[in-house]
Amino acid sequence: MDIDLNTIWFLLVGTLLAGYAVLDGFDLGVGILHLFVDRDEERRLFINAIGPVWDGNEVWLVTGGGALFAAFPAVYAGVFSGFYPAMILLLFALIFRAVAIEFRSKQPMIWWRRTWDVSFSAASFLGSFLMGVAFGNVIRGIPLDGRGEYLGGFLALLNPYALLTGLTTVALFAMHGSIYLVLKTEGPVQARVRGWVNDAIIVFVVCYATTTMATLLYLPHMGEQFKARPWTFVLPVATMLAIANVPREIFHRREWRAFLSSCAAVFGLMGLVGFGMYPNLVRGTDPSTSLSIYNAASSDGTLTTMLIIAGIGIPLVLAYTISIYWIFRGKVKLDSMSY
Amino acid sequence: MDVTLLSRIQFAMTIGFHYLYPPLSIGLGVVLVVMEGLYLRTRLPVYQQMTRFWVRVFGLTFALGVATGIVMEFEFGTNWASYSRFVGDVFGSALAAEGIFAFFLESGFLALLLFGWDKVGPRLHFFATLMVCLGAHFSAIWIVVANSWMQTPAGFRIAEHSLGPRAEVTDFWAMVFNPSTVERLTHTVLGAWQAGAFLVVSVSAYYLLKGTFEEFARRSLRVGAGLALVASIGSLATGHLGAEGVSRNQPAKLAAMEAHYPASAPADLYVFGWVDEAKERVYGVAVPGMLSWMLHGDANAPVTGLLAFAPEDRPPVQLVFQSYHLMIAIGMGLVGLSLAGAFYAARRGARPPRWLLRLSVISVLGPQIANQAGWMTAEAGRQPWIVYGLMRTSEGVSRAVSADAVVFSLVLFTLIYTLLFALFLFLLNAKITHGPLAEDLAASPKRA
Repeated sequence: MDIDLNTIWFLLVGTLLAGYAVLDGFDLGVGILHLFVDRDEERRLFINAIGPVWDGNEVWLVTGGGALFAAFPAVYAGVFSGFYPAMILLLFALIFRAVAIEFRSKQPMIWWRRTWDVSFSAASFLGSFLMGVAFGNVIRGIPLDGRGEYLGGFLALLNPYALLTGLTTVALFAMHGSIYLVLKTEGPVQARVRGWVNDAIIVFVVCYATTTMATLLYLPHMGEQFKARPWTFVLPVATMLAIANVPREIFHRREWRAFLSSCAAVFGLMGLVGFGMYPNLVRGTDPSTSLSIYNAASSDGTLTTMLIIAGIGIPLVLAYTISIYWIFRGKVKLDSMSY
Repeated sequence: MDVTLLSRIQFAMTIGFHYLYPPLSIGLGVVLVVMEGLYLRTRLPVYQQMTRFWVRVFGLTFALGVATGIVMEFEFGTNWASYSRFVGDVFGSALAAEGIFAFFLESGFLALLLFGWDKVGPRLHFFATLMVCLGAHFSAIWIVVANSWMQTPAGFRIAEHSLGPRAEVTDFWAMVFNPSTVERLTHTVLGAWQAGAFLVVSVSAYYLLKGTFEEFARRSLRVGAGLALVASIGSLATGHLGAEGVSRNQPAKLAAMEAHYPASAPADLYVFGWVDEAKERVYGVAVPGMLSWMLHGDANAPVTGLLAFAPEDRPPVQLVFQSYHLMIAIGMGLVGLSLAGAFYAARRGARPPRWLLRLSVISVLGPQIANQAGWMTAEAGRQPWIVYGLMRTSEGVSRAVSADAVVFSLVLFTLIYTLLFALFLFLLNAKITHGPLAEDLAASPKRA
């Protein structure tokens, strides 16, 4: 792996998407778990636990999309137009999620709140699932022509491997979300959520192990980078240790460390996928049609300019993100400005 | 119907619906900065109450802006994949810069603006308000840069690439400050200020008419009307500069705006009219030679007309003519209304008459319709090009997407956006009829 401009952009776009998975992952997870509590106050606590941050978290996806457009336009164009119906459904899920959070607590009627509760949860589930499906297909390989146009249909996207990665993503975010809720709640609500964490971890580990087996059996290309550099085996091991560490920290009531451990696990998983894919961004069924960080990239001039923009922007972004999380640290409380 | 037309309808619909909200965020952002700034200076509780009330309205419009904005970020890829491959090097950069510089700033500080009242002191809260307002403006800058490049491309070259020819940036600053960026950006931002200002004017006038929340309404009206006056006059001035720019850079668009057909002849300025595209003439009321005079200072100066362009290179004339004239008519009306308001404000103690308040209540529709009509003029006037002179709209569409798929998404978008719009109006109306909260007059713990 030579560190050239294209590789730096692979890392940057990868970091944006991994940052998205870590941050929006927990608020999508909170959405997936939303209907598991039924009292209005509990549901409001859930929504307000992500209230100040969900919107900023979603910006990671928007900026990731923008960065993909700028750095690897052929991937942005090929995948988004190729997966058209799936992308449109994903957009609807994201729209419904955003408005459900905003609208839900604005009216007292029970039917109003129920409707938005279901929208919020269903949209969080569908959004996570579709993102997982899209990733699964990009990893597995899709039929492309020589110009980066997708040649398959919509139903071909719903193959068993992609459905499995879709479910694994839902399980991952549900686990991550449950740990975030332990961090943000207190009292009886927290006691309840704490009980979910182990179950969520078990469900996720089963999905993850199945996906890993399927990947190694059917998609040996994902292992080549690791075989070529045996020391990189540290990566999957570290990720597993991060997941295993979560129940330990929860048991010792070190909630913040449990959450960080879960963040590390999500980031590690994204890293595993990224490293396995490198230097391809989208695998073609015929490997010669794959979109890689070289044939799909913008010009060197633009990659350089964008690197300067990222160099100015990213420290600012990290500064605001950390400050906001710091200011809103601690347990969530409901007040007159809450959702 | 073909994929290009369907995709155009879908893009127009989704961007039109999205564009109801960002102008409100930009305009209300400025209003909030003024109101909270006044609170910090005077410490009058009513300014805190005003800030909090308008922050809640801001939160609602912002949420809809975000929800519908994500669609825009992805729609270039889903529906305009060939365009995206062709311009990604240029256009993608502006979009990514918008994400990094604008969206993170806005969404980060929005959390403080909405939920941070008891978490931080008043100065830091004001700083957050300022940053949200700044973020909204940054967003306008990058998106108008990107759009202006489609109108007047500069700072690039066409290069061969393994996946086909494409535009590559050669001079970043020439791309950013392409010939139409500055005039279009100022005009867009002022239009957004009008949207926010007239919403405040409208709600305040409604309270004054009903005789409720008197002090809140009077003070809100003053802030709103002040901004409305500045923005309305500014819109007029930048609009004039913009039209001059269009005459230089996109003569076919200018010709369509006034439905001026002769290839090279003095041009009239229509107050209103109807274009007969088949007979290539306009029925309506015009000031003879006025367009020539406004552009060149000489009523007899020739202006390039539509016949100078091949039929396949002309924009749709009726649509561009009507949306342009609708925008101008509303713009003039808003200037008149703002001046009338200023006239009564200047005579201290004089209450604005009821007819003026009634007009003010409906004035909120003005900037919204004018903003939509203005964008319609700009985008329909650019046709048949997706990138002016470089790539036709029909060449930019996704090849992997079928007409059926676009019909499916278009129907769903129409249903969902209709529902969202109804819900938005319902919730906005509920907030307005409920009015400002008495508890917001009391200082929050950190402020004590």
